[in-house]
Amino acid sequence: MKEKQYLEEQAKEIRKHTINCIAHLGVGHVGGSLSIADVLAVLYFDEMDIDPKEPLKADRDRFVLSKGHGGPAVYSALALKGYFDVEILKTLNAPNTKLPSHTDKNLTIGVDMTTGSLGQGFSAAVGMAKAVQIDKAPYYVYAIIGDGESQEGQIWEASMFAGSQKLDHLIAFTDYNKMQIDGETMTVNNIAPLDKKWEAFNWHVQSIDGHDIEAIQNAISEAKQTTNKPSMIILNTIKGKGASFCEGNIGSHNMPVTKEMAEEAIARLK
Amino acid sequence: MKLRDRNLRDIYVDLLLDYAEKNPQMVIVEADLMTALSTTRFHKKYPERTINVGVAEANMIGVAAGLANMGKLPFTHTFTPFATRRVFDQVTLSIAYSKLNVKMVGSDPGIMAQLNGGTHMSLEDVGIMRNIPTMMIVEPVDGVQLAQLFPQIAAHNGPVYIRLLRKEFDPIFADDQTFELGKATTINEGSDVSIFATGIMVKEALDAEKILADEGISVSVVNMHTLKPIDQKAICKEAKRTGAVVTAENHNIINGLGSAVAEVLSENCPTPLRRVGTKDHFGEVGKKDFLMEKFGLKAKNIVEAVKDVLTQK
Repeated sequence: MKEKQYLEEQAKEIRKHTINCIAHLGVGHVGGSLSIADVLAVLYFDEMDIDPKEPLKADRDRFVLSKGHGGPAVYSALALKGYFDVEILKTLNAPNTKLPSHTDKNLTIGVDMTTGSLGQGFSAAVGMAKAVQIDKAPYYVYAIIGDGESQEGQIWEASMFAGSQKLDHLIAFTDYNKMQIDGETMTVNNIAPLDKKWEAFNWHVQSIDGHDIEAIQNAISEAKQTTNKPSMIILNTIKGKGASFCEGNIGSHNMPVTKEMAEEAIARLK
Repeated sequence: MKLRDRNLRDIYVDLLLDYAEKNPQMVIVEADLMTALSTTRFHKKYPERTINVGVAEANMIGVAAGLANMGKLPFTHTFTPFATRRVFDQVTLSIAYSKLNVKMVGSDPGIMAQLNGGTHMSLEDVGIMRNIPTMMIVEPVDGVQLAQLFPQIAAHNGPVYIRLLRKEFDPIFADDQTFELGKATTINEGSDVSIFATGIMVKEALDAEKILADEGISVSVVNMHTLKPIDQKAICKEAKRTGAVVTAENHNIINGLGSAVAEVLSENCPTPLRRVGTKDHFGEVGKKDFLMEKFGLKAKNIVEAVKDVLTQK
């Protein structure tokens, strides 16, 4: 396990680059990108067996961002990891870009599945984990689902199947920031109790502070020790975490970000 | 037993089993209809390569995409409406847009859902799948053609939708007939009108050809087993030769074969055209003969269309 301080520094860098690339464009999915920065830091800089020098090696761990609109945070993690130059982050959503709003495996080196239509990425991740099981392979499939995304029926079709198949090399996270485009998840269409739902679908479930690096590390460690069940780690997060202009704001799903807003937020990043 | 004497699903599952032996990455993904298509036989031989997600077609497509993303070659199976209209977004994005190689089989196309009725009847599935970039659409007419086309479909690197009959079929082709994916098959060459037909309508077209021959009208019958990409050269060649075209399909005349042929003709070689197929209405419960009669899918309807288009020549 990598040191907490080192991973916190990576999470801060992911946030900085995420805010910067969205500000460069002027608008973007900032809230749901910032809420997953800590788990991405743990996955990309500690847990996942991946190599930017050999991005397509067959026995690597896989990662699927089912809430594909968090693309800017994943691109920042990939750039920091060395998949491409950080300067390329400024091409987010520019004409002919390799970095579209929603993650695309055919455009971005290091992205393992194309996502964007909510519910579908997770279903594909379950298929990928099924392939791991068929091949008796040692690697893991990681996936992040949005909390709003959890209202999609396909999430529960896939969840039921993964539990039924005992896909224990599937480790999924829910970014439970409790906000979606039209308001709080609790009022739009309440997904709670999320832990009991996943348990009922035969998953090993943990619910943790999604901004606590050590808690994330420990939860992944416990998930890997769990056999015969896929793992759900519910990350209790704050939408827009770390950015002074949008932390905890419902309107942060997709919002304008000026260079001034970015500079101020980055200066205040802890 | 000769191919012509068997159910199409039995021929299909034999082809799956043969191919599975050659390609260890090939898997099947099911949504609780294994018994209907007899893929239970595949399951018996390859349980570890049979993935049955239960009654959850969206997840069937998503899981197939994930399997393909890891190097597997999945074949998905369900009835045509559930293979297309129910999962349009999943097929479009998780498979085609993601450039994943999945073969999707829909069985009981069009009115062949028969006693399952309107809810299970896809008279729009070709139109749905034709909208998806990179999608190939194949409708095998009989066992000989299916056996010939199957290895080509399996070898094609890209998504393919296969519109498959399950049980009885009209044997059309001789055992030694060869077919090429994407290339139309001319069954009969005539001089007055060209009929382009798919699936169960090939038999009707051939019956119409005999009736018309007795009346001194000479027609070509061309089978378009590959609906996308459509064989533009064959369409234009025939249209230029005979100067009049009729299409015949077990599908709505909107967005299916008739539309595809109309697009080719109007852009490349404008030619009078009549389309035989269902006329923009929903399906309903009934046996094949009743439905073909009710929806105007019989040889006599093709005969009428041929005579009608001749008046415009």
